[in-house]
Amino acid sequence: MRADPAEYRLVSPGNLQAALSLLAGEPAQWLPIAGGTDVMVLYSAGKLSNRNLINIWNIPELRQIEVSSDAISIGAACTYTALRQHEIVSREFPLLATAASWTGGIANQNRGTLGGNIANASPAADSLPALLVYDAELTLISARGERRVAYRNFHTSYKQTVLAADELILDISLPRRFSGYISHARKVGARNAQAISKVCLAALGQISHGTIREVRLAVGSIAPVPLRLNETERLLTGKRIEPALVGAARTIVSMEIRPIDDIRSTARYRSVVAGNLVAEFLEKLAAEGADA
Amino acid sequence: MSPPLEKAAKCEVSFIVNGEAKKVLAHPMERLLDVLRNDLGLTGAKEGCGEGECGSCSVLLDGMLVNSCLIPVAQANGASIVTIEGMSAHDLMKPLQEAFLECGGAQCGICTPGMILAAVHLLEKKPEPALADIQEGLAGNLCRCTGYMQIFEAVTRAARQRAAQ
Repeated sequence: MRADPAEYRLVSPGNLQAALSLLAGEPAQWLPIAGGTDVMVLYSAGKLSNRNLINIWNIPELRQIEVSSDAISIGAACTYTALRQHEIVSREFPLLATAASWTGGIANQNRGTLGGNIANASPAADSLPALLVYDAELTLISARGERRVAYRNFHTSYKQTVLAADELILDISLPRRFSGYISHARKVGARNAQAISKVCLAALGQISHGTIREVRLAVGSIAPVPLRLNETERLLTGKRIEPALVGAARTIVSMEIRPIDDIRSTARYRSVVAGNLVAEFLEKLAAEGADA
Repeated sequence: MSPPLEKAAKCEVSFIVNGEAKKVLAHPMERLLDVLRNDLGLTGAKEGCGEGECGSCSVLLDGMLVNSCLIPVAQANGASIVTIEGMSAHDLMKPLQEAFLECGGAQCGICTPGMILAAVHLLEKKPEPALADIQEGLAGNLCRCTGYMQIFEAVTRAARQRAAQ
């Protein structure tokens, strides 16, 4: 059944302090809405249980991208379009820029926000594996103050996060130390454009004289939360890329991802494809690192 | 238990629609699509999926292509909105209309207003798009009639037409 607009409130505080005060007053009452690309889908389907919404789309403090010498700080309500257009994001964080280009069509990229993707906590969100491998850190803010949380500790289980009811994500900070890495982003879905992923991979690596110095791997759509492949990384670090190593990596990947069956794919398919994507990355790493 | 729901009050929303200042009284969570169609009589934007997947409700909001089914009308307060009805004077309109006709880019017509607006949004940023640019620019707009090739060709042709002018 379609929602009746008369049963919903939407207030527009217009600045951060006013929004935080509202949240502090009755924290469980309010659901923040930025670009609406997730919230409005639930609302239109009559499935949005929260009746009080707080508009954070037009809050300037959440829309800034600040660059310092060692980090980039992305306001939580920055859109995918803003990320794609940002020079430093494109140049130094190609996995994030690529994920932004995968996320919906242009109209949804014009509205969908990075903070919304994080807070909505869909395991299929394309930008989240990139945040894992780039060691993202979140600033959470409430009337009580600010706190920093490593992104890898943000999701606790399916759709569950450490965000308190009175908190907003203020920004997402990425250290600027990955621009020298070889990067690889791959999404497998039903079609290229606008499809939700069955499996997606964000990978970074450094190789010298044929030996893997460092590798950072994360997958999305596979498990209840976006997953960093720690075991696979441990196996690969310090090794030369040879067929036997690639085979061993496939095995470890399938063991550590605990894949899910859902409407978009099966666990078995995800397991095989995740192994293939890691193998593909290792080939790229070997080829690009051949003369390094 | 949450307290019994009080009906939310309507609010006044002011915006510029196709160049004209408009005021409507609406519930803040009413979808921009419904306000455009029901309150303002602008039925060019269509409802297809109602969940931001099909693009048939596309409009330009402050120059940005958006799905109007995903915009609560209160978020459009103060904005400038252009629907397909407001495009007639745009310099891209004639070449796009002609190219869609010549190439068979429109059949049933439900997707066409959204396709045209997505094409305008693309061509304003990239006057001479490659095929991949067109495919990306229109990826959020679904067409169940044409099979897309005619639409891509129409956009390519319109871009050339305008460049030649």
